Parts: sequence; structure tokens; C-alpha cells
Amino acid sequence: MVKVAIWGSLRSFTEGRAEVEVEAATTREMLDKLAEAYPGLRPQFERGVSVAVDGLVYKDAWFTPLKPDSEVVLMPLMVGG
Amino acid sequence: MALDDQSKAKRVFKVVGTRPLRPDGVDKVTGKALFGADLTAPGMLVAKILRSPHAHARIRAIDTSAAEAAPGVKAVVTAADFGAPADEAVRDVLVNCMAHDKALYDGHAVAAVAAISEAAAKAALKLIKVDYEVLPHVTDVDEAMKPGAPVVQAGRQVETVGEGFSENVTNYCEFGHGDVEAGFAKADHVIERSFRTEATHQGYIEPHACLASFASDGKADLWCCTQGQYMVRNLCSQIMGMEASQLRVTPSEIGGGFGGKTTVFIEPVALMLAKKSGRPVKIVMSRSEVLRATGPTCSSSMDIRIGMTRDGRITAGLARLRYQGGAFPCGTVEMGAMAAFAAYDLDAVRTEGWNAMTNRPKQAAYRAPGAPMSIYGVESVVDELCQHFGLDPLDVRMKNAAKAGTKASYGVTFTDIGLSACLSKAKAHPHYAAPLKAGQGRGVSCGFWFNFGGDTCVTLNVNMDGTVSVTEGNPDIGGSRASIGMMAAEELGVTFDKVRTQVVDTASLGYNEVTDGSRVTFAVGLATIKAAQAAKTVMCQRAAKIWGIDAEAVVWEDGCAKPSGPNAGDFPPMTLAEIAAVSSQTGGPIAGHHEVNADGAGVSFGVHLVDVEVDPETGATKVLRYTVFQDAGKAVHPSYVEGQMQGGAVQGIGWALNEEYIYGDDGRLQNAGFLDYRVPVASDLPMIDTVILEIPNPGHPYGVRGVGETSIVPPLAAIANAVSRAAGVRLTSLPMSPPRILAAMDAARLAAAAE
Repeated sequence: MVKVAIWGSLRSFTEGRAEVEVEAATTREMLDKLAEAYPGLRPQFERGVSVAVDGLVYKDAWFTPLKPDSEVVLMPLMVGG
Repeated sequence: MALDDQSKAKRVFKVVGTRPLRPDGVDKVTGKALFGADLTAPGMLVAKILRSPHAHARIRAIDTSAAEAAPGVKAVVTAADFGAPADEAVRDVLVNCMAHDKALYDGHAVAAVAAISEAAAKAALKLIKVDYEVLPHVTDVDEAMKPGAPVVQAGRQVETVGEGFSENVTNYCEFGHGDVEAGFAKADHVIERSFRTEATHQGYIEPHACLASFASDGKADLWCCTQGQYMVRNLCSQIMGMEASQLRVTPSEIGGGFGGKTTVFIEPVALMLAKKSGRPVKIVMSRSEVLRATGPTCSSSMDIRIGMTRDGRITAGLARLRYQGGAFPCGTVEMGAMAAFAAYDLDAVRTEGWNAMTNRPKQAAYRAPGAPMSIYGVESVVDELCQHFGLDPLDVRMKNAAKAGTKASYGVTFTDIGLSACLSKAKAHPHYAAPLKAGQGRGVSCGFWFNFGGDTCVTLNVNMDGTVSVTEGNPDIGGSRASIGMMAAEELGVTFDKVRTQVVDTASLGYNEVTDGSRVTFAVGLATIKAAQAAKTVMCQRAAKIWGIDAEAVVWEDGCAKPSGPNAGDFPPMTLAEIAAVSSQTGGPIAGHHEVNADGAGVSFGVHLVDVEVDPETGATKVLRYTVFQDAGKAVHPSYVEGQMQGGAVQGIGWALNEEYIYGDDGRLQNAGFLDYRVPVASDLPMIDTVILEIPNPGHPYGVRGVGETSIVPPLAAIANAVSRAAGVRLTSLPMSPPRILAAMDAARLAAAAE
């Protein structure tokens, strides 16, 4: 199981939880399982999210490996200038 | 050592870190560089765009018949010529390029004419009859959020926005951790202030320009000034309903972008006019069009609350941010909310953000989008708390600084970051100890940006004469051709003058994300190093063949293939040039390439230090001295890094002191020109001093971090803190133009007299 940190405005879709656990070995699997368990997250996932794993931010990378002790944080999809 | 595992070794650089002459310099100073407006084609038409004079109006009908019949006119387009792209974000881009049922802001395009001359096109524009129903408008973010405000677009609110707002509020976000109220209860003093910042434009010197050509077999070519030719291809092919491979986009030299050229404004219009007319069509925006109809940054309204103990420890931080990004949804406030408190190691922090639509042009990215505003608010309150307790502002920041292991307010735990190092350098710098006179003030501020990587594709060819051609797909807006070429030279062990780096069209290389997010020197550099390593592997194999030994028994050192040790055999080293000269005989051309969705960009911090003098008679501010401290990871070409640091500071100074979009009661932009929209020029500024710090980024083989955006973040608060100390009154609204400063000083005098 990996623990995934959920940003504040999405917590209304995770029963108020700031951190949820899912069984996933990759970022894609984690997002799929989250959307399955918490369907309210789906619209945000469709708009796009980044995933930070142990401090590194991944954009649209499906196969980033997740370990049980990885720090996994959902972030909005970002743009730069 | 494995070629792809060099980051763990202490590397001595030969090319990286030097300052060779810039490869684009001669073309630019001799006027030979081809910018967007310099391109021409046989039979080319000139197009002009008709723009809405209203801030908000329903378009009941457009009659283009007289324009179509006018002398020299070859094509006219309106929204009716375009379909509706399936993707909502692409649809927004199209609607911004050509208004559909409503004109959403002053300057919104409603029709375009292509004619044999600019005069003919301009004359025809006057013949287009648009039947408008003028609607109520809103340009202020706080007004736009109120229930009952004129609705810019209906049905665009996402599911996280709560009750009690108008339909203009499209997005809500919240970040943070800990018990904020408990944190405030621990504070010896809490300050809450409201701040406002105005929309500012990227102010690139080169206006948008493009040339489109559409062949009768459906293939099209587009030349344009852009930060990303692949982005242009993707947007335009979807808007035009064509396959991406049928549209080739070639980027010109670019006269500044700063984020503003990460989308399209005129390119789909030029393509549609070219398709209808069967002739190449060129569009060049005027400065007025650039300011009215391309994207400035968001304006903002914010409430910031921070608690501090008397010894300078921040106990809690709360930010409520309201951004407007024009007539379409945008997520810039999310980045502002994540960045607001990034510089601090806090037990209790919460940031909330709302985006509202207004009748203003669709915002575009501007260097570290969203961060300068929120950090301005936070850093202003931190400074005021320092004044309240009589504490040194750098000491307080050092006491609270984020470091490796700090959990940022957006949830990520930082690894190696350079904030404390920047603060220590600033404290020790002679600037910080220099005496100030009466009427002068010193301000400091931290800054932060995330930095990105992303999709990147590089090909490196070793030519038979021993030179090297690097092919990359990111327009060079800050010196990347130099830094990429230097990294290739470093990795291959050749001199910089042997490497030429070219930015190519969309048909010549795989997909590259736009030049944004401070990503290019990091991500393209990483891909270039990997491509060079791939080429070195091939060259080692060729040398092994020539020597008749195993390829594994050959290493690459100092620009040569060498036997790995005495057991491998006794052969004199072969240089890159020697191997390249016989490449045909040993297996064919030698190349390396690398494709990656790069991660590991590494966040970036900076600290700015500024002295100002405020004239109490006029309210004018003079910037006396300015020093930028920034962590570059590894500065590949230090002159360009310094240029990025200086340029960001200057744009931030403009944002802080002069620049603003001014709207009249009619919702029309009042200052659409560089005379009235005042960017700082050289005579307004002192030399901006720079101090580069190098805390290597573990995510890059050479330790490189992006440097392009962080430098615009601190100036807003650094200047505001300096002005507030010089004027003796806290300024809470940008720009701090002379009338605003005078009004604040007068109000402070009246308040003091009343006590």
C-alpha cells in the first residue's frame, strides 16, 4: 500500500482525508485506483494532475515506480512561463 | 565508470562554467537574425484583424459582404469559418483567437481580412458591419466574484467551488497542513493585511508575427515567433481539423517571450485566411493589439495573515488569494497558492485560492506564473512583523527557512535546496551593511519557483570533419543554444566552437514541450548529455573495431577513445575527429539521440536585496542598488544566468513600481502602448548585481537547475518592503506609482496628526 497526500480542496471527495492508501506499484495504477475508490476525484484527474514522488514532480508519467515508503503527493498540473 | 552514472562523481568542468561568445550574437547585432515579421513569401497577402470596441457584447450578426467585395481583398474570416475542437482548452484558445457568440473583452478579435496590401486590408476592416448588443461588464476580480456580477461565461465552474459566488468563479484550491488557528494562538503578534496587484504584460519587444501557407493538397506551413513550435502545431492542427503531420511549424528568432508566447493568438487566423485565399498570409500585431488582445498575467486581491513569536519564529500562515485571468478559466491561482509560503518551514499553514473570469484578455503565463503575487503578500507581512519586533529581516528568514526535509505547504518534502545558502550570502554581502540615508529604505524578499522538465527530444550528429551538430526543438529565449552546445562539448570533450546547435521545425524532430517552466537548460541539456553519451558509445565501438578489440575494452576520456587499460592493448588514443573522419568506412554516420519526459528539475530559490529612495514631494521611487542571490545548481554559461537574474529583477521592478493595465469605466483598456504602459528602461535602473550560488541539483548529470523564472518572484516584495521602510508607511497595492505613494504618505501623516 502507498500513502497518497490529497490537497485540501480535493478532500471533500476523499471523505475529508488528507491522506489515503491504495495498492499500487506505479503512478498510473495509483491514479486509476484512486479514481475507482473516490469517483469525485475523476474530474480533476481528467483536467490533469502532477504527482510528486519523493520530492520529484512527474507530469503525465504513468510508470514511475511507487514503493510503500514513498512520499506520494498529488498536485495540480502546472504550467510555467 | 558507466557513461550514464556520472552524477555521483565530483566533476571538473572544462567548458561548462566558462563564458564563450554567444552564438546568436553576430546575427542579432548585424540585423541578420530573422524574427517573425521578417519572413516573406511570393504572392504573400497581409492580414489585419477587426477587434471589439466593447468590453462585453453579444454578437448578433457580422456582415462581411462589403469587405469581401473591396479592392485587393482575397479572403475574410469570422468564427463561422472554424469548427468546434473537441478539447475544451483548445476550444478556449480558438474562441480567444476569434470571438464566437460574444465579444468577451475590449480588443477581442471578431473578424479578419487578407488583402494584397496592409492599406487594402485596413480599408476593408472598416467595411465589416458587426451588430453588437452591449452587455454589462466586469473587470475587477472582487466585483467579478460577487453573486449578481455580470457573467462572462456560464457553466465553467469546477466541482470544488462552493456556494456564495458568481458563476465567474471557475476554480477553488486549498493547500496546507497543521492547525492554523492553534498556530496563531501561539504567536506573540499576528498581522493580517489585504493586498492588490495589477495585471502586467510580459512586455516582449517583438510583437506576435506569423506567416501561413496552405497548399491545395492540404499540407500547410507556418513560420512564427513562439516559445514552442510543437505547441503551435498541436493547437493549430486541432483548430484547423488537420493531422499534425500535415502542418509544419518553423520557429523564427524570438524577441522575448517570458511565457506570453506559450499559446497562439493569430496563427489559426492566418492559416484559415491562407486556406481560403490560396495565398500565403502574414499577420503582424501592433503594440496596441499585443497589449489589448494577448495575455498579460493575472491581477490579484489577497488577504494574508501571519503569526510570529517575539524571537522571530513564524507560528502560522494563512493566505486567501483571488486571481482573475481574463475571460476564460485558468489555474494560475493554484500555483500562487502552492508557492506562497514555500520559503518557510511551518508547522501550520493554509492557502486558499479562487480564480474568477472577467472581461479582460485571456491571461498567458508570465515567468513563474502566479507566484510573484502571493509571495509579495507573504513577504510583505513577514517584513512588517520584523519591523514590529525590531528583528533583522534576513535573520528571521534564516530562522524560518525551508531546507532539506521541510514539508512544503503543498505537501512535498524538499530535498537539496539553496535557500539558506542564498540568505547567508545576502547577510554577508557588503550591500547589506552599506549605510542608508534619510528617505532611503532597504528591502529583502525570498522567491521560489517549482521548475519543470517534460517531453524533450535531441539529436546529435558527429560530422566527418570532427564538428558536431546538435538539433533541438526549443526556441532559444535565454541563451539555450549556448548552454546546450556547451554541455555537448563538455560531454564529448571537444571545444565549444566545434559544436553548432540549431532549433528546428516540427518535421525534423520529435515532440518537445514549449520553452517554459525554466526547463530548457535542465531538460534539453540532460537529453543532450545523454545523446552525446550515446554518440560516445558508438565512437568507442568504432575504435574497438579499428583496433580489433572488444568494445567494452574502450573508454572515452578527454575527447578520445582509449583502451581501458594495459590488458586491452596498446593503441594510441583516437580523437573524435579521427573517428569521425573514417566513420563511413567503419559503419556509417555517427549520431546519438535521446527522448525523455524529463523529471527531477529541482525547485529553485532566490533572495533579492534592494535599496530605494522615495521623494516625499513627488512620490517617485528611485532604485539605488539591487543585488540578486540565486541558486543555479550549476551555471553552464554564467553570463546568461546573470542575464536571467537581472532580467527577472527588472521585470519585477516594473511590476512593483510602474506597470499596470488601466481600465476605464467602460471596460476599455486606457493605456495600450508603451508610452502609457511604462516598462523600466536602462536609465531607470542601477546595474543589477548578481551572486550565483551552485548547490547541485541531484536530478541533472551536471547539477543544473532552471534559472529563468525565480528571479521575477522576489522583486515585488523586496521593492515594497524597501519603499515601505523609506516612506514610513506600509504599501499594500501594486504598482507603487507616485500617486499611490503620495496618497499613502498623506494618509499616514493625517493619521499621525489625529493621534
